[in-house]
Amino acid sequence: MTLPGYVGGIGVLGPGLHNWPHAAAILSGKQPYAAEPTVLPMPTMLPPAERRRTGRVVKLALGVALEATASAAANPAQMPSVFSSSGGDGHICHEICQALALSTREVSPTRFSNSVHNVAAGYWSIATGSMTESNVLCAFDASFVAGLLDAMTQITVDRQTVLFVAYDTEYPPPLHAKRPIPDALGIAMILTPERTATSIARIDVALTGESADRMTDPGLEALRTAIPAARALPLMRLLACRAAGRVVLDYLDVSSAAVQVEPCV
Amino acid sequence: MRPMTPLLLAEFTATSCIGTGVAPILASLEELRSGLTRCDFETVKIDTHIGEVPGVDAQRLPAELQLYDCRNNRLAELALRQDGFLDAVDAAAARWSRRRIGVFIGTSTAGIMQTELAYRARDPVSGALPADFEYGTTHNSFSVADYVRRRCRLEGPAMAVSSACASSAKVFGTARRMIEAGLIDAALVGGTDSLCLTTLYGFHSLQLSSPAPCRPFDVARDGISIGEAAAFALLERTSARVGGNSILLYGVGESSDAYHMSAPHPEGLGAKRAMQAALNAASLEPGDIDYINLHGTGTPSNDRSESQAVTSIFGPTTPCSSTKGATGHTLGAAGALEAVISALAIRNGMMPGGVQTTRIDPTLTAHYIKENRHAPVRRVLSNSFGFGGTNCSLIFGCAG
Repeated sequence: MTLPGYVGGIGVLGPGLHNWPHAAAILSGKQPYAAEPTVLPMPTMLPPAERRRTGRVVKLALGVALEATASAAANPAQMPSVFSSSGGDGHICHEICQALALSTREVSPTRFSNSVHNVAAGYWSIATGSMTESNVLCAFDASFVAGLLDAMTQITVDRQTVLFVAYDTEYPPPLHAKRPIPDALGIAMILTPERTATSIARIDVALTGESADRMTDPGLEALRTAIPAARALPLMRLLACRAAGRVVLDYLDVSSAAVQVEPCV
Repeated sequence: MRPMTPLLLAEFTATSCIGTGVAPILASLEELRSGLTRCDFETVKIDTHIGEVPGVDAQRLPAELQLYDCRNNRLAELALRQDGFLDAVDAAAARWSRRRIGVFIGTSTAGIMQTELAYRARDPVSGALPADFEYGTTHNSFSVADYVRRRCRLEGPAMAVSSACASSAKVFGTARRMIEAGLIDAALVGGTDSLCLTTLYGFHSLQLSSPAPCRPFDVARDGISIGEAAAFALLERTSARVGGNSILLYGVGESSDAYHMSAPHPEGLGAKRAMQAALNAASLEPGDIDYINLHGTGTPSNDRSESQAVTSIFGPTTPCSSTKGATGHTLGAAGALEAVISALAIRNGMMPGGVQTTRIDPTLTAHYIKENRHAPVRRVLSNSFGFGGTNCSLIFGCAG
């Protein structure tokens, strides 16, 4: 059973990966990879009052979602979305748990409403005015493929263009020692059921039991295993090379996802 | 959305403060009994009421799954053991194969209480969390979905849906897409959310929790009562197993408010869109719905906007009620719990009256019922809305 679809616009932001054209140059070997801290953009698409309240999760997810929709010339207000992340906003979680450990137990109402796992999807919908459905998923280290599967079934069954965003941010200490995600990384793609003028490649996704592909560059391989959304890097490499091929991505202990890629030329 | 192929709700179970398993839940609904009590949870000092499930702390997990031990997974385990549900999952695995059954579980806070407790036990010098604290298998949103799939030995796609209080309604949408796309034949769906300090103090900080037991649609309603629950269902591709007594999932409708992170759209536009999408998916007209199980949290703003949305589609005569006066608002478990209550309404021909409500707000135009009604119930619509402006409506009904 394979799920077919087309990848349109892409957005990427992560340690040493500034945007999709920059990431594509590195992934296709035209430029060396140099790790550096992720710099997150201000979410200027939000009203100033809302902008001030947003944390790193929202800045990251909205940043890559915006890059993907802009490069696909897609209308975000009409697109259902799938947001998948291995955890919520670690900084907010830390602040709430710290406040709850004190006898005063004063939880900030804004932090509490921004602590929900669907915070980025909520702000995306507010920023774009999109009233379409948005699914928000978590599968720990398996979150990229979990989101990809949900998005691919959505384009297969409902024949709609879908925005798919996978994103993770770091936890501060002391949680960091228990969940050592080093930095923020997000990947967004516009998935369509039919080929369009902005299609980059056709992909066919299926579940398999094979081991996941690795990156040959040691820096990129370290990134792939350190941040859950970066488990997509083998797929992003094929898309960057505009090459046909097949990659296997990590999913659960009992299954992985095979993605067949056919570039649109 | 295009019309969907109905799915068989082959099995279901639920555990909440009004009952461990469906028989006591039905009995409580019949008796118009509320499970809400004054909050004495853990070390919490808030003047509010809660819906606590008895026996959660005493529940043990199987030895091989000890890493998952936390209140949330204990609640999931307690619920999975009711109504012969684990045996029913095994029987389904024999019919469809373990790889062809997905696991989609809704939760808002999962086992975050483990982290709350760990933060009280930090090393006084280094600030480190205790060595025995496990993040991934307790606090992380996926932990309960992972627990359920390992407990039931299911090998299909698995994920947690975590979109606040719509989470475990939306799992039905994920399951429907996966089954219709052909990736799986059946899905174990559900939701689990347990009491914790984050939600009790968080809703209190937003002034959204009531000191009294919540009174949905009451003229004096002043907020929610937080509850906990776990509810699970087995959804299957329709087959020869569909008979006269079968209950089917006919429609799923989802939408976003695009309005505010913690307040509903004042006219309920997002809610209206979700209900209409569910009707479209089910190829039904508003007049086909016999009863609506409302989101009905008991906050002034939710009930006002939901009433407007309901009336704009269904008019003022379709009977509706919220069961949160009985169960409390079980947050990420509410969608699945109320899906089970909807199925009980259909199976038993009983529309549950909304308890705790004394004087219905005369400005709310939806037809709110306070007493149980016994009559054939063929189609039920159930609403779940959440922070971030996420909405999901489900339609269940009898076969034929």
